[in-house]
Amino acid sequence: MSASPTLAPAAGVISLSGITKAFPGVIANDDISLDILNGQVHCLLGENGAGKSTLISILAGMQFPDSGSIAIDGVPVTIGSPKAAMKFGIGVVHQHSTLVPSLTVLENLMLGEGGLMLKEKRAASRLEELSGLLGASIDPNILASDLALGQQQQVEIAKAMWTGSRLLILDEPTSMLTPSAIESLGESMSRLKAEGLGIVFITHKLREAYTMGDCVTVLRGGRKVGELTPERMKSLTEAEAQAEILRAMFGDDLAAAGSIESAAELAGATEAAPEASRVDVTGRPVRLQVAGVTSVGKSMDVSVTDISFSIHEGEIFGIAGIDGHGQAGLAEVLSGQRAIASGTISLEGADITRLGVRSRQEKGVRYVTDDRLHEGTVGNLSVAINLLLKRIGMAPFWRFGQINKTAVNDEAKRLITQYTIRTPSPSTRVGTLSGGNIQKVLLARELGHGARVVVVNKPTYGLDLKSVRLVHDLLRAFAADGGCVVLISTELDELIELSDRIGVISRGSIVGTVQNDGGPDVAERVGHYMIGGRAHDND
Amino acid sequence: MTTTDTSTESPDGITTEITPLEDEAELVTSRSSSGRRAIDIVVRSIVPIVLALIVAALILLALGKNPLQFYGAIIENGLVGQNWENSLVMMTPLLLVAIGLIVVFRGQLWNLGYDGQFLLGGVVVAGLAPQLIAATSPGIAYLVLTLAAIAVAAAWTIIPAWLKAFFGTNEIITTIVMSTIGVGLTNILIEYVFQNPAVRTPQSRAIDPGDMLPYIPGTQVPIGLIVALLVAVIFQFVLSRTSFGLRLDVFGSSAKAARHVGINSRTMTIVLFLISGGLIGLAASMDIFGQWGYMRTNWNPSYGNAIMPFVFLARLSPVGAIPFIAFYSVFATGGTIAAQESGVSVDFLQIVVALILVFMTVTEYVGTKRDLGQSYLPDELKDAMRKPLNALTGRMRK
Ligand SMILES: Nc1ncnc2c1ncn2[C@@H]1O[C@H](COP(=O)(O)OP(=O)(O)OP(=O)(O)O)[C@@H](O)[C@H]1O
Ligand SMILES: [Mg+2]
Repeated sequence: MSASPTLAPAAGVISLSGITKAFPGVIANDDISLDILNGQVHCLLGENGAGKSTLISILAGMQFPDSGSIAIDGVPVTIGSPKAAMKFGIGVVHQHSTLVPSLTVLENLMLGEGGLMLKEKRAASRLEELSGLLGASIDPNILASDLALGQQQQVEIAKAMWTGSRLLILDEPTSMLTPSAIESLGESMSRLKAEGLGIVFITHKLREAYTMGDCVTVLRGGRKVGELTPERMKSLTEAEAQAEILRAMFGDDLAAAGSIESAAELAGATEAAPEASRVDVTGRPVRLQVAGVTSVGKSMDVSVTDISFSIHEGEIFGIAGIDGHGQAGLAEVLSGQRAIASGTISLEGADITRLGVRSRQEKGVRYVTDDRLHEGTVGNLSVAINLLLKRIGMAPFWRFGQINKTAVNDEAKRLITQYTIRTPSPSTRVGTLSGGNIQKVLLARELGHGARVVVVNKPTYGLDLKSVRLVHDLLRAFAADGGCVVLISTELDELIELSDRIGVISRGSIVGTVQNDGGPDVAERVGHYMIGGRAHDND
Repeated sequence: MTTTDTSTESPDGITTEITPLEDEAELVTSRSSSGRRAIDIVVRSIVPIVLALIVAALILLALGKNPLQFYGAIIENGLVGQNWENSLVMMTPLLLVAIGLIVVFRGQLWNLGYDGQFLLGGVVVAGLAPQLIAATSPGIAYLVLTLAAIAVAAAWTIIPAWLKAFFGTNEIITTIVMSTIGVGLTNILIEYVFQNPAVRTPQSRAIDPGDMLPYIPGTQVPIGLIVALLVAVIFQFVLSRTSFGLRLDVFGSSAKAARHVGINSRTMTIVLFLISGGLIGLAASMDIFGQWGYMRTNWNPSYGNAIMPFVFLARLSPVGAIPFIAFYSVFATGGTIAAQESGVSVDFLQIVVALILVFMTVTEYVGTKRDLGQSYLPDELKDAMRKPLNALTGRMRK
């Protein structure tokens, strides 16, 4: 390679010019040109399906553009494979985990390292150093499949920082991290930036883009629709920058939606606060009762110990905590996917402890998993089938065991419109949709048709601002109609905005519950439990 | 496609203004993508066979044989005159075994114990048919012994299926072990239980030629072929249009998704193995009743090995497998005679099957790379070619 990472950082620029990539039924990237400078954090923004990940995968050597070229320091290059990208010093954190589930964390980190000998010691010390930076402690000898998605994300970041010697690409790296982990990621990014690395940073949170980014490129419908240079970024206040970005991201849609005020609201710039008009639900009948439930499971993410709570009709019960502390276990126990060792679960007074997934599903217990790619959808099946995955065999979609394609397609089209899922057609393979749109498929599948209790695990991760808003409205409306929601989230703002009560989960147990009474100290009280307090207001 | 970059470039190549777009990007472009994909699948399925035949021809040339003559002899002996009937007789068990494998393979379960299952099913038929026909009638014997063969072959999958379902034991190993035991057990049964007292060689009593499966009217092909074709059509329907087929696809695609949807993976594993074994037992019954009429020790047609590449070339579709199995039947029927005539070992046919497997893997690899828009050449090779090129262009630029 004539381009070597030892060149002076001043010369460091990766230029994409005229990148175009079409898939059946959609142009994912349409003549995109941009320069990524060393020593800068370049934010890539855009709504779900705008083409961000596609552009990244071209840089990462996973896809090849139909036309256009890439030059590193002025030398045209072809990045024909992920290995080639690695050789150019490009490290990538993909939107969805690419860790090998059957290997340990350490082995995953060593994958792709050249040389016959696996340099175990080096990998271990590297992981330690990186996890220190990210503020997370991850056992290097645990299987990747036993990690929660948030932890997987941290391992991916560690891995990418390792290979990324000149360019680090982060595709929604913060979607599952806690605020403190995001903060330490930000610190690592500025340190790497100072060392002369270029960083491409994709996020849906404008606040992060403003605080961590030096410049911004906005994509819409596959095209580059706007740019904020570093100088311009500096000259704008946060609110002004957000307004500009939002206008580019959503264009006329936003104008139709309302004023810039609502844009600021969209961006999450306003203080998170519970709905003023929240009704008191404590007098209502209990819908879901969980008593002393302990699960069977070997990793921490899927183990829960002696969990008890009850949820009333129309209540949103938030679960806060660091990802990997039993959230998945709690969700699986409620949905019937995981066996329990002791305890009981009852729905509207009837014991459902012994019921399996399908019987609970029919009784109205729904579960939106956070592992949308491997668990929540079957990538090589169509969007339509995935929308009906939990209703296989049921009328009117199946009659006498035989599929009724018209009914399936009609239902799929209805859900696609209602949830604004961006797909070329109902028969498109779901795995080709953008991350945010896959998430919408899950929500559309679980929230409708007779749901009584929905367990949602990080329901808005990876969604663009408009879709987050849509989901929040949906959950609120669902609760207003008397539905119960168990809202598991790593985002405190989201929990405070939606929940009636917030339980804090830590090491598989609920260590405290906070009434979300709109008081100014709710976040503080939740945070207190998260770091291990077990004081007052248990209720 | 309209290129709309209305932004003004500043000297440093960075635009200075956010420039919102007026018109929404066109989301859907019309394209006959499904048609193209269908052609692609056909090409990918046939190319490996063509390549294998070409390489096999080269090998024949190297052996000093005339490949055209050899292939001519295959067609001659596999198709021409009444020979196509022999090919169809051979096709019957092959197709049934293929469907038996397709069903489990779709669930990402690997039943490689087909030999043992087939032989045990077969020995039940060959061993009991003569007496049962004598005691009752051929019709009753067909029915009862076919069911028995299905049951026995299916039962032979239960241990691997149970170990897989409950303990996650690798079914490749357990089915192969069970198969070896099954083959041995068949030999013991023939020698010590079903031995024909009239002959010295270890073999079972033969079914009276008049009591074999009737022919399809106007041909010399037993009606087992119709059974096989019917089974292919039925399973095609079940796999592609019913809720069971969809559950199977979900199960095969992702164990996690299956659990999420509420598919009981234990039941599914056991059901799939039973169906697979059952179909292989059916194949054995149709083969013994239709073609052989008796069994001797150490006889093992290994139909499963022969058709293995073709179930994948047919993309695990039962009806899609029909032309491939038909092709192989002609090839094997004609090839056995052609090999004898030209003095090539009959094992040469196995080499061709292996070549098809190899080229299938290569075609898949290239196809996947092309789907991703990546190049087909390994990076190392490309680097080797690019380096001098880059040096050249670099010098030119200076
Ligand atoms: N392999 C593929 N095959 C077909 N279509 C694809 C493929 N990959 C992406 N697409 C399509 O390209 C478009 C852009 O997708 P992309 O993943 O780049 O969006 P994104 O900006 O990353 O969105 P998100 O914020 O939801 O992650 C989408 O419409 C998607 O359906
Ligand atoms: Mg994306």
